[in-house]
Formats: sequence, C-alpha cells, structure tokens
Amino acid sequence: MIKLKDIYKIYQTGEDFVHALDGIDLHIDEGEFVSVIGASGSGKSTCMNIIGCLDVPTSGSYFLNGSDVSTLSDDELAMIRNRTLGFIFQQYNLISKLTVLENVELPLIYRGVQPKERVRMSMEALERVGLEGRSNNMPSQLSGGQQQRVSIARALAGKPKVILADEPTGALDSKTGMEVLALIKELHKEGNTIVLITHDNSIALHAQRIVRLSDGKIIEDKPVIDRQVQ
Amino acid sequence: MNIKQAFLLAIKSLLSSKMRSFLTMLGIIIGIAAVIILVSLMNGLSKSILDSFEDMGTNLISVEVMGRGSNRSVTFTEMQALMAENPELISGVSPNVSVGVKVKKDTESLTANCIGINEDYYDIKNVKMASGRFINYLDVARRQKVCILGAYEVTKLFGGIDPLGEEVKINGDSYTVIGTLTEKADAEEGSADDTVIIPYTLATRLSGNGTISSYYISASSKDTVNQASALVKAKLYQAFQSEDYYMVMSSGEIIEEINEMMGIMGTVLIGIAGISLLVGGIGIMNIMLVSVSERVREIGIRKSLGGRRKDILGQFIIEAATTSIIGGIIGIILGVILSYGAGKLIDLTAVPSVTAIIVAVSVSAAIGIVFGYLPASKAAKMYPIEALREN
Ligand SMILES: Nc1ncnc2c1ncn2[C@@H]1O[C@H](COP(=O)(O)OP(=O)(O)OP(=O)(O)O)[C@@H](O)[C@H]1O
Ligand SMILES: [Mg+2]
Repeated sequence: MIKLKDIYKIYQTGEDFVHALDGIDLHIDEGEFVSVIGASGSGKSTCMNIIGCLDVPTSGSYFLNGSDVSTLSDDELAMIRNRTLGFIFQQYNLISKLTVLENVELPLIYRGVQPKERVRMSMEALERVGLEGRSNNMPSQLSGGQQQRVSIARALAGKPKVILADEPTGALDSKTGMEVLALIKELHKEGNTIVLITHDNSIALHAQRIVRLSDGKIIEDKPVIDRQVQ
Repeated sequence: MNIKQAFLLAIKSLLSSKMRSFLTMLGIIIGIAAVIILVSLMNGLSKSILDSFEDMGTNLISVEVMGRGSNRSVTFTEMQALMAENPELISGVSPNVSVGVKVKKDTESLTANCIGINEDYYDIKNVKMASGRFINYLDVARRQKVCILGAYEVTKLFGGIDPLGEEVKINGDSYTVIGTLTEKADAEEGSADDTVIIPYTLATRLSGNGTISSYYISASSKDTVNQASALVKAKLYQAFQSEDYYMVMSSGEIIEEINEMMGIMGTVLIGIAGISLLVGGIGIMNIMLVSVSERVREIGIRKSLGGRRKDILGQFIIEAATTSIIGGIIGIILGVILSYGAGKLIDLTAVPSVTAIIVAVSVSAAIGIVFGYLPASKAAKMYPIEALREN
C-alpha cells in the first residue's frame, strides 16, 4: 500500500542543511495500524506529510497503491488526497467560518458528491464521532476534543483507505485522548490502514507495529507483541 | 464543484467577513458612483444648454450691422434678393428692429421691448402662439397697426384674460392685438415673456431712424447653416469691404463652440472619474491581497482535503466577481440616484450615460477579478504543507 524507498528530505536554512528525513525505507501494507514515534524534531511530521502527498521528498521514491507519486500531476495528487487519504491533524485544521457540517462536507464537495448524498454521508460520519447534534455549530463553539472529533469525522466521511493522524491526541487530556484513540482503533478494525504519529509510548502500543524515528532515520521497526508488556 | 455551489460558497464567505466585503465593495461603489454622477451631470449640462439653443432654432443665423462710420449699408431688399438667389440655402429673412416703447391699455401702462419683424420671423424663431395668429405679409406691406403680446403684457395689461381683438396704445398709436405668445419664463418682467411684436414697417417709424440694422435669417436646414452663414458673410463683406462693420452668428457655430467646450470639460471630468476609479481599484486590490494572504491556511486545508488548483482559484475568482457585481449594482443605483439628486439641487436634469456605466462597471470588475486572481493563483500553486504552515 505505502512504499517509501530511500527518502530524504533536506531543508536548507541559510548555510545549514537539516536532514529532516535521512534515508527512510518503510513499507506499510493495506489494513496495517502503524505508530510512528520519536523525539520532537525527529522527522515524524515530515514523514507523514510525504506519505500524505502534502509535501515532496528531496530525493527517493514513494509508491502509493503501486503508482509512483513523483510522476503524478497536481490534480492527480489532489484526487489521491481526496479519495484515498484522510488526515487528522494535531491542530484540527477546521475552517473557522464554516459550520461543523460544512467542514465535514468539504472533501465530499471536492469529490463532486451531490448535496443530498453529501449531507447524508457527513451526518453519518458525525454520528460515528457522537457529534450529530452539533452539526450547525461553528468550530469555535466546540471544545478541543469535540473539534478533533469533527476533524476525524471529516477524515472518515469520504471513507478513505488510509487514515494519517499526526498527534491526534496531542492537544487533548488523557480521557478525551483515549476516546479519540478508541475511534481510530475502530476504523482500523473496519479495514482501514492507519498511520498514527505520537510521542506517547502508551498510545503507540495500541498499534500493531511501532516505527521509531531519530534524527530522520528509522532506528527501530517492530511489531507490538503484547500490549500488557511495556 | 459546480458554479452554483461555488457561487453559494462565495456568498457565504462574503457574509462571514462582512466588514471586509463591505470595504471591498465600498471602493467599487465609490468609483462607479463617482463616474456616473460626473458623467450624468456633465451630459445634463450640455443637453440643457443645447436644448435652449435648439429652442431658438438650430437653423438660425443672426446678423448685426454696426455700420457706424461707413457710408455703405445692406438693405432688406438686398437680403431678400440673396434669399431669392439661394433658395436651397436660405429659407427666410426677417428684419429685427428693436424699439423701447410705452404700451398702454386704459389706465395700465408699461414700457416694453418692441420688436419689428416680418412674416418669416414665425418660422425662423420657431414662434409658439398661445392664441390668435401671427403677423402676415399684408400686415407688413400695408403697415397694419397690429401687435402680438408676450405673456407678461397679457398679465399686466389684461389681467391674464385673452386680449384678442382688443386695442392697446403703443407710443400713443392704437394697435389691435391679433395674437399672444406662449408663456416661456413665468411671465416675468424683462424675461422672454416681456415682448411686443409688430410689423417692422411700423417699428422703423417708431425707432425714428428708419434703418434696419439687424436681421434674423434661417438656413433651409440644419446642415446648410454653415454654408448659408458663409454666404451672408460674403455678401456683407462685399458691401462693407471690412469685417469690422457687421457680425454674423449662426446657432450652429454657437452649438459647435459649446460642444467643443463641453468636450474639454468632459475630458477633464473623465480624468477625475478615472482617478476615482483608480483609487477604488487600489482599495479593491489591497483588500483582495489581505484577504488572500489571511486565508493561505484555509487554502492549505482545502488542498489537503483534495481541493484542486482550479477549485481554489474558482472560489476566489467567484468571490471577487460576486463582490464586484454586488458593489457594481449598488454603485450604479447610488450613482443614478445621486445624479438626479444633485441635478435637482443645481436645477439640471441629469442624463446618465450607459457607456459610462458600462465602462465604470467593467473597469472595477476587472480590477476586482484580476487582483482577486493574482494572489489566489499564487497561493493555489503552493504545496499544501507550505500553505498549512502559514502563520
Ligand atoms: N519548513 C521547514 N524548514 C526548515 N526546517 C524544517 C521545516 N520543517 C521541519 N523542519 C525541520 O525538520 C526536522 C523534523 O521536523 P518534524 O516537524 O518532522 O519533526 P517532528 O518529529 O514532527 O517533531 P514534533 O514531535 O515536535 O512535531 C526538524 O529539525 C525541523 O526543524
Ligand atoms: Mg510533528
């Protein structure tokens, strides 16, 4: 499903070069639930942005669903983001002047789904996150956890195969964090491929597999055998 | 995403930032309204001036012979001969003998400006009669003591009651009133309504010197005014051998002069209007720039959710176009209303120009769309992550 081969991402700031990703090789199969962990600045977000076609690597190749992403046009990438990928961002990234429902509808609008069907799908997604009653609220009228649930509803409304979550619980207290995590696990059970970025080991343990990054390199990649053993 | 949806989205987005939308529109509204007001008033002014000249007859040529110090002169007979020789150019000649007279009816009396003319005067000056008939050839030839009164005289001497067939005394002689003129200027003293018209053959006697020094001539049509005027000038030059002794003025020439003046004024006003459009345009440009850069993050979110470049661009262009159109419509309405209002204030009928409206609207729409497009196009080309990282 996801195949990263020798990926480098190098930022140049003045005279300095920062190797945000320093030769990454990573395969993720369809239906897998992978956690990416590592210290701050280790390159987790950079990695996710490349997987999510939001950013391009400096070098290396990335195959998504068998096609070489570097050969795709801007519009084709937009289509992949729209149909194949669902994002959950740490800072929610809701559009503040649209209502909850309109935010959830956005990917469906870009997909060209008819209004009636769109509302039905969006309401279904909002029901899954338990926010069907807040569909006409503005994002600013919701708590952080609720906003994150809206962004989850938005990510899953279009039923994408892959869900990419960059520290979805980072801004939430542990109880709300666990609720969000439960939702993500449910999505995994339904067959979605999940990449979950976190710096919280206990959250990472909910995945099937943990990839550990340090200074842009993968220093550990192993399955989670027993959740009870830490 | 279809156009209708994009349009609804644009309206929603405009409503969600009312102040900004309003400020953008304000630039357009002021620009368009200013252009419309300036041009309408200008048109109104030029129309009212031209109308008043057309009232006097567009074919009119007036001749004034000073003749002082010259022993030559041009007689009415010579003028008539000129007409007879050039019937395709000149259709009428009337002497214009002006005398101050005392007009008396019973105990009421007044002094009036009396003009002596012939029957051609009726067509030359486009005379409008309220009642009775105009002076005819026989009246002139037989020196019939008949007169036509202006509205002021009718009011003053007859209390406004139709005086047809009544007698008035002009400088002591009895004249029969055979007609009255249509009121033009509220029947005020000294206005166009304060006049008495009699056959010129009598007026030359009243004036005491027997000569005719002024003529009204009508060209056969609007298009021959200049030719006819040249002909008259040539004739007069032949007689006087100098341009100093006479003056020939045709309404065509006057209208031409006015048009030229209006043209200059128009250019100045168009410059001013252009500046106000430009200022409006800069306002639009500013707000569009701010609006887009404020929203780069939104653009990033939209891209991350699968918005294509053309979706993003479409959204901004439709927003800009909607702003421009709404602002444009308000500008037109405001401009037209204010034009008429200002026209009323300065006693002028505003004449809004469709061309000006079209130009003003297209210019501000173009500015709105171009300056909505440019920054949006730049933002739409960013990688989603770059846009998301903004601010
Ligand atoms: N736009 C950029 N320009 C320059 N350097 C950058 C840029 N984005 C990221 N970096 C650098 O790349 C490295 C990896 O950043 P990244 O955001 O992937 O870290 P992270 O693992 O997600 O950290 P955190 O846990 O704090 O979110 C960091 O050293 C960061 O400074
Ligand atoms: Mg990060």
